[in-house]
Amino acid sequence: MAGLQAAGIFRQGFWSQERIVLGLSALLFLVSAIALPGFAEPANLISIVRSVSVLGLLAVGMAIVIIGRGIDLAAVAIMAMSAAWYLQMLNDGWSEAAAFAIALAAVLAIGLVNGFLIAYADVPAIFATLASGSFVFGFVRSQLITQDAIPVPAGHWLEQLGGVRILDIPAEVFIFGGACFVAYLFLRFTKWGRYVYFMGDNLMAARNIGIPVRPMNMLRYVLSAVIALAAGLLTASSLHSMNTRIVNSTLLYDIILVVVIGGIGLSGGKGGMRNVIGGAILIGIMLNAMTIIDIPNIYQNLIKSTVLLIAIIVDSLLNPRDEQTAQQGDI
Amino acid sequence: MNWKMLLACAATATALTHSAPAFAQEDQGPAAGGPAIYEAAMKGKRVALVPMAMGFDLAQGWAAILKREVEGFGGTFETRDPNWSVEAGAQAITELISSSTKPDVLIVMSPDLNSYAKLMKKAQKEGIYVVLVDNPANFKADAYVGGDWNKLGQMEAEAVIKGCGEKSSKKIGLVQGDQVNATSLYQYAGIMKVLEQHKDFQVVAKPDSNWDATTSRNVTTTMLQQNPDICGIIDFWDGDATGAAAAIREAGKQDQVYLVTTGGGEENATCKNIEAGNFDAVVSTELYNESEAMVAIIKYLLQSGQPPGTASPYIYSLMTTITKENMTPRSCWSLKALQEAAK
Repeated sequence: MAGLQAAGIFRQGFWSQERIVLGLSALLFLVSAIALPGFAEPANLISIVRSVSVLGLLAVGMAIVIIGRGIDLAAVAIMAMSAAWYLQMLNDGWSEAAAFAIALAAVLAIGLVNGFLIAYADVPAIFATLASGSFVFGFVRSQLITQDAIPVPAGHWLEQLGGVRILDIPAEVFIFGGACFVAYLFLRFTKWGRYVYFMGDNLMAARNIGIPVRPMNMLRYVLSAVIALAAGLLTASSLHSMNTRIVNSTLLYDIILVVVIGGIGLSGGKGGMRNVIGGAILIGIMLNAMTIIDIPNIYQNLIKSTVLLIAIIVDSLLNPRDEQTAQQGDI
Repeated sequence: MNWKMLLACAATATALTHSAPAFAQEDQGPAAGGPAIYEAAMKGKRVALVPMAMGFDLAQGWAAILKREVEGFGGTFETRDPNWSVEAGAQAITELISSSTKPDVLIVMSPDLNSYAKLMKKAQKEGIYVVLVDNPANFKADAYVGGDWNKLGQMEAEAVIKGCGEKSSKKIGLVQGDQVNATSLYQYAGIMKVLEQHKDFQVVAKPDSNWDATTSRNVTTTMLQQNPDICGIIDFWDGDATGAAAAIREAGKQDQVYLVTTGGGEENATCKNIEAGNFDAVVSTELYNESEAMVAIIKYLLQSGQPPGTASPYIYSLMTTITKENMTPRSCWSLKALQEAAK
């Protein structure tokens, strides 16, 4: 009967998914700290945050898209291919400014095309971005770069950035933190940020009260694309190269995992940067603990996917689909 | 082996080598010389290469050399790019077998021991010679050309033992690829074989990178934190070892940790990384020799007249351990130069 009593505190409102994740992270942290020697050392804690900073950065972009009701399946392709093309141009002797401007312009263009397809051509986000992601990968890989992995030219600023530490904390952590903070300010305190929530909550109502929903839709995909470029450059800075094989990895699902597990529902309209940080930290602790225990990669994937599945089930139990969601349909 | 057996072997070998070219000579008549035999057997023959992906140094190196050689004897050369997808590779092989212009020789880099075994058997049944390159498979190919991965693992282990030295902690870490690819499994077996003779050396962690540099970096970071006195790391491929190198660099342990990996010896992937101090030793395949071995096998098979699947020789490539000390300008090859030359 203990189960029934426990179910009592599962009333809507108190046990939001965000709190569950925080509780779960705390529990996992405690268990790991006690059971795994070396886990709770400051250096390891820093490396946990650092190992998820690129993932977290991508999740910031994904969160902005998902909160406004949508999804960006092109994020990883944009991240890898824009950074790889940028490095390829540098290796081919282009000037820094020209290479960067071209890469940035390309990324903006992809974001605009994604947004246009979704906002004006009414293509579902899931298909539009899936297709554009494949296109970006295929086009850049076959036409613009010569190899899977493009090295950072010797002495380039990206090489230096990878080694920067402030108070013994790697720069990546600050970049992830900074991005979260800026996104937080944007979502909470700007007019456009509030529009994102309104649109995610109820697109028709948002449109009726005069929110420019179509340009706003485009803005979100452009933001996501620009953040993806930043994540790509960050990856290149720490590895001194950009390997485009990452497009075939599970990274895209890991980003969605971070967002969903953090408590940002896929139906949009709720959640914020706190959820991204919470989700990223939980994944970071999990991966780190599994590596310390020496669990093979295939089992790690199994555990990760099980956790995602549980998170989705818990999400649908705690936040049942209401009439509004049903009317709007799924993404 | 006693002398009788030796003699028997020699006799069989002589019989084989003499009977095979005889087949080709029958068409031409005994008066036709070598060049005519060669031309009749080689001209217009099709050679197809299906690597795991065309986007990495070894595949591009093989392709550049094979293209030059095959076109040199009047044949046609083509490649397929599965881009690391096993399904796409299977599709490419199926399509090649059933196409009207099916290849005479199919060169396959198998992603694991079993995936393509059935397809490759089918290719042989259709009269196509199948040559396995670089990755072994459970299949009787017409030749295997590439590294002996067990031996390669042994060389890596020897390099790391030497790099660590007698006065070190003798703790080493492995960053494996995965648990299905033969190159990863055999490498591991080879490393363990050497370590058995050096019982004082101990493997403290052996995570998988899944051939991904970011994962390699993260697992190496954790490994170094858990075992701060590690003296050496073997990462199973230079494609992801840049991640392990980044972790070592960030931990400020470049002087303490000896990083060994393996690769195709391309200058950007191998020599520049050794020069920059990212890698300490790379057990490398000699690309030119390996590719020329493939060419020789192709030429032999096309003239042999033997049905596909007759013999299954192993043409292991010579491997060398490149370090900063023994590195010369000739240790590595340049993909850029090779591609320029093939144009």
